[in-house]
Amino acid sequence: MTGADAILRCLEAEGVTVMFGLPGGAILPLYDAMARGTSVRHVLARHEQGAGHMAEGYARASGEVGVCVATSGPGATNLVTPIADAWMDSTPLVCITGQVRTHLIGTDAFQECDITGITIPIVKHSWLVQDVRELPEVMRAAFHVAQTGRSGPVLVDVPRDIQETEFDFSYPETVSLPGWKPPRRGHPRQITAAAQAVAAAERPILYVGGGVLNAHATDELLALAEKGRLPVVTTLMAKGAFPESHELHVGWPGMHGPKWSNWALNKADVIVAVGARFDDRVTGKLSAFAPGATVVHLDIDAAEISKIRHADVPVVGPLKSVLHELANELEPAQDRTEPWLRQIADWREAYPLRYGEDGPLLKPQRVLEVLEELGGGRDDVVFTTGVGQHQMWAMQYLTCDRPRSFISSGGLGTMGYGVPAAIGAKAARPDATVVCIDGDGCFQMTQQELATAVLEELPIVVVIVNNGYLGMVRQWQDMFFDERFSQIHLTQTLPNYALLAQAYGAVGLTAETEEEFREALEQALSAGRTVVIDARVDPREHCFPMIPAGAAAVDTIEFDASEREVLAP
Amino acid sequence: MKHTLSVLVENKPGALMRVTSMFARRGYNIESLAVGPTERHDVSRITIRVDCAQTSLEQIEKQMHKLVNVLRVQELVPGESIERELALLKVAATASKRAELIAMAEAFGARVADLGAESIVFELVGTPEQIDSFEELVRPHGLKELGRTGRLGLHRAAGRANKNRPTVLV
Repeated sequence: MTGADAILRCLEAEGVTVMFGLPGGAILPLYDAMARGTSVRHVLARHEQGAGHMAEGYARASGEVGVCVATSGPGATNLVTPIADAWMDSTPLVCITGQVRTHLIGTDAFQECDITGITIPIVKHSWLVQDVRELPEVMRAAFHVAQTGRSGPVLVDVPRDIQETEFDFSYPETVSLPGWKPPRRGHPRQITAAAQAVAAAERPILYVGGGVLNAHATDELLALAEKGRLPVVTTLMAKGAFPESHELHVGWPGMHGPKWSNWALNKADVIVAVGARFDDRVTGKLSAFAPGATVVHLDIDAAEISKIRHADVPVVGPLKSVLHELANELEPAQDRTEPWLRQIADWREAYPLRYGEDGPLLKPQRVLEVLEELGGGRDDVVFTTGVGQHQMWAMQYLTCDRPRSFISSGGLGTMGYGVPAAIGAKAARPDATVVCIDGDGCFQMTQQELATAVLEELPIVVVIVNNGYLGMVRQWQDMFFDERFSQIHLTQTLPNYALLAQAYGAVGLTAETEEEFREALEQALSAGRTVVIDARVDPREHCFPMIPAGAAAVDTIEFDASEREVLAP
Repeated sequence: MKHTLSVLVENKPGALMRVTSMFARRGYNIESLAVGPTERHDVSRITIRVDCAQTSLEQIEKQMHKLVNVLRVQELVPGESIERELALLKVAATASKRAELIAMAEAFGARVADLGAESIVFELVGTPEQIDSFEELVRPHGLKELGRTGRLGLHRAAGRANKNRPTVLV
């Protein structure tokens, strides 16, 4: 068979059921092979960036590897953003790109681009296939590397003539990668030390990151928290990894986390970091972050240990077994942590989320509260978001009790992630209603994928929290740049999002009041079609509380009605 | 503080770039770099000299271990390892200066690699410190060109050759 056919046979052998992509010259043989037949569904995106984010959304919603396909040159460079996003958020991704014919490589041929070179800093590994006989081995290794150890993106670049070459295909059963040895279990002595540290703590806390989801270790996390009566904060990446309506869940740490969550993390005497990496958006000023705490750090990636915050007790290993063994070693808590849990509950009562309820305009936070009322805590709803204020409000106001029900771009902060990620999530969870909470700025970066959602029958609900501004930039300019607003006004009415949605064959609705929004959302959640709701909200709203960049939890700025920004004319 | 790392990598296209790119991306400056074959045709050795704190060194080692092509990373600790470097130095030398320069070179074990009417090319294999000293010594005579390979190292022959220095218990 040809190299192109072999790629499809490899995908089938890996159990891939869907891939996302867009054809072009150098990948034509692969698309020709698709036309000859494959069990793998191809979802045709409108832009390769969309295809990449769809593959990410698919991977995050399913827990499997996402696959995307693009042609050489611009097709491949359009994948760079999703690859970087997947790298930062440890999302397993196999990206297949076409390349110019081998004899043209290095000649600046049409649509030639050194995509393996460009992506070196943002992939776990990449391969430029130079001999068709290597192809099955490379594909096998690509899937292996993407999902073992710390998950992440890999890239396979296949020149056009390699795709066309005939050879004898067989898929290798094993993979030979002498340099790739992810840890297989945590060191028992370290796990014992971790258990001792937790047992000795008066104010312990589990600080949980996205690694728990990648490790499929949410059950083990729940068991550990319950056995030790340990409070749990979950980062943006881990939202839903621990049931948020559970009494031990104490919110989300970081820049826009509630004050009580940050208080709990910062005043803990033992922090057990679980698949989390002490990101600057979580810690703020590092020297002031949880200064009294002993850190137990559980992670599959040894390089995360003491990268940012010194780990007093490091445990490197797969979280599923590490959490299980840690729970086994831990004595049941009895009542030891009850005073601490009461203290956190008191903070929770003292520092609730607040926002201004003045004026006639629809408040963005109210939009999220209605979303929470109608869609929060449901097993059959998956949320995705873009990046910015709406994302932080989504984190604050939505309850996610189920792993993989909240999918957002964390590390890279990629505006435009929400819509394509929702389409990918829908492909993974056809049973679920997928709701993308987007900003108007974000939406305009990838809105063309509405065509994909409609034509590929992957219906999604998009709620545009439309304040007519690049809202988070506006907030920073207002708070930290003396209100000098610079290049942030997008307008609330151009484009007309409802008409735009209709032009794509979707349902387009506009809501300017809470009642209108509630009605629109009720309609959208049961429509079974792609629906875009343009929720026009008060542009003055800032996202609070906020710990300014580089500041500490004690510097938290809270909502203050007396300091309301006056809307510039 | 300066450290020498000896890194065994698979002899595959791009392996060197993946290693050096990691240094650049994480903000570590490579002071010298030497790459070449080993006793195995499918394995290359990269010897890297880097100036960084101990915690950064641990981070570098761990980040390198994550690269698929990297087989082993070891620090070459002074006293436990042999480090050598090759330098070629073109020094201005008219006929009247030749004898003096050659005598000086002999004291360092440097050889005359080439001789011309106006200059001499010396080759010197030694520890990087010895090469520094020789360089300093000939500089006043007119050092026209200098090329150094960067240091190359191995663990000493007696014992400890295979001593791994894990920084994290795995």
